[in-house]
Amino acid sequence: MAKNKPTKRRLGGTTRSIEIRDLTKKYGKLSAVDHINLDVYKGEIFGVLGPNGAGKTTTLLMLATLLKPTSGTAKVNGFNILEDPTEVRESISMVFQDPSSDELLTGYENLKLHGLLYNLAGEGIERRIEKVLTLVDLTDRKNDLAKKYSGGMRRRLEIARGLLHDPQVLFLDEPTLGLDPQTREHIWSYIETLSKEMKITILITTHYMEEAERLCNRIAIIDHGKVIALDTPKNLIARLGGDIVKLRAKKINVSKLKKFKFIKKIEKSNNTVKLTVENTSKNLQKILKEIENVDSVEVRPLTLNDVFLHYTGREIREEEGTELDQMRAFTRVSSS
Amino acid sequence: MNPKKVARGLYAIWYREYKVFIRERSRVFSSIALPILFMVIFGSGIGSIVSLPGTDYQSYIFPGFLVMTVLFSSIFFGAYVVWDKKLDFLKGVLVSPQSRTTIFVGKAFGGVTDSLIEVSVLMLVGIAMGIPLTALSVGISYLILLFFIIGTVSLGLVIGSQMESPQGFGLISSFVVFPMFLLSGALYPLSNLPGWLVVLTRINPATYAVDGLRSIILGSSLFLLIVDLSAIILFSILMITLGTYAFNRMRV
Repeated sequence: MAKNKPTKRRLGGTTRSIEIRDLTKKYGKLSAVDHINLDVYKGEIFGVLGPNGAGKTTTLLMLATLLKPTSGTAKVNGFNILEDPTEVRESISMVFQDPSSDELLTGYENLKLHGLLYNLAGEGIERRIEKVLTLVDLTDRKNDLAKKYSGGMRRRLEIARGLLHDPQVLFLDEPTLGLDPQTREHIWSYIETLSKEMKITILITTHYMEEAERLCNRIAIIDHGKVIALDTPKNLIARLGGDIVKLRAKKINVSKLKKFKFIKKIEKSNNTVKLTVENTSKNLQKILKEIENVDSVEVRPLTLNDVFLHYTGREIREEEGTELDQMRAFTRVSSS
Repeated sequence: MNPKKVARGLYAIWYREYKVFIRERSRVFSSIALPILFMVIFGSGIGSIVSLPGTDYQSYIFPGFLVMTVLFSSIFFGAYVVWDKKLDFLKGVLVSPQSRTTIFVGKAFGGVTDSLIEVSVLMLVGIAMGIPLTALSVGISYLILLFFIIGTVSLGLVIGSQMESPQGFGLISSFVVFPMFLLSGALYPLSNLPGWLVVLTRINPATYAVDGLRSIILGSSLFLLIVDLSAIILFSILMITLGTYAFNRMRV
């Protein structure tokens, strides 16, 4: 339990909401999180991208004081996660991957429960509940049991719960995992509203590239517990530069393509080759000259997904079918 | 520590457990119907071949069934922690500014409420079946049961806090519940047992609950009431301490 210290360690005059310093979590010899350093500024939507098992959720759990780091530390809203865990938890909110609302309680009761946990009571709690219900459009369903809600409504209820106590930092762990495109769009616009109108700092983990591209001011790509790239989505794409050119031909001689400096990456499989090319409009002709009997050519601009592949060297890993995933799938099906 | 904050936290967690208990009809039904079924079938079945001096078998095993109901419902209550863990409900509670100790005590309150409701139903059944109960004996019985429930609910929560899967919880808790029940003297007198069994019955807290209830309801017992009560209170204090420790160490 936190001791009552006369002065809270709040940093004066700085606009950093989260400061992560050499944060490390080891499980035996495996480093789930390996000396991560990050700063997240007030009002930002900050994305943490990474394949499954990259250390995203572990980092979040440490920031939320639910998991003790092996070494290193972090400050959230100026409070140290090791020294002032209660103050950290008071000032943040976390929306988890799985519903943290109880199915057998109504939407209203779930919110009331969480309000009480955050020391809200009386008229104040009722006003807050009304406000967050309006924000996520659940006012007319507030007296229905949560198990009657669809997957999207359930997620909105989670977000409403997360906002109930006016947090300064909101952690969203895979906020649109397993939702249909329309619902995702809805959730995204709620998240944008929060950031714009309430100036909440939002840290979001995701492995959906479009989600990161759409929402995030800045992105950190994490793999094997390390930050391997950090910038705005635009800059990340620009830094890699160019377009993706996909060629299909009967015979492709890769060594001929290797001499071109404007080709940054070559991936060959069977009779297709995928190239990352700079200045495509000028250079495409040169490439085509080197390859006989081209069946098809496809050119598209780089996306964040390509950036991700470039840094992590692979597509987003498929989720392993653990028992928990099966149960998640089951609860989603049964609650939709 | 802010007492208002703690009180609200306790109320929030208790409120949820209570609501869920009321709404999960199968839970209410099974927890009440099962002991009644056992009491009627077992009591009259074995009662027909057993004769005890001074009392009928049904009255003799009534304290045992009270204890059985408590054991089953209280310890299995810990399974809900495992489910809360599997979904993210538990994380949602743990990420709130409430302390782990408050969360443990709130949970325990919830489990105690559930068990008290079940015990009360069984008391009514006992009265209906003609078990000799008086206001005083019911009152003291509740005192014994309350501490025994606090102990067993805490024990269930300790197991639940350490387990990752509901199956694992089921296995481990069965290894706790059944020996506690069978070695409590709920079904047969504990006199004339071989020495090694005597030792096991003496370290079993359920023994003292059964004995204490029997001494009040039937007027016959192995130990003095004060010994029974002290043993049960000691058990509950031990379990609360262990539970607080387990919740503070619990990983999500």
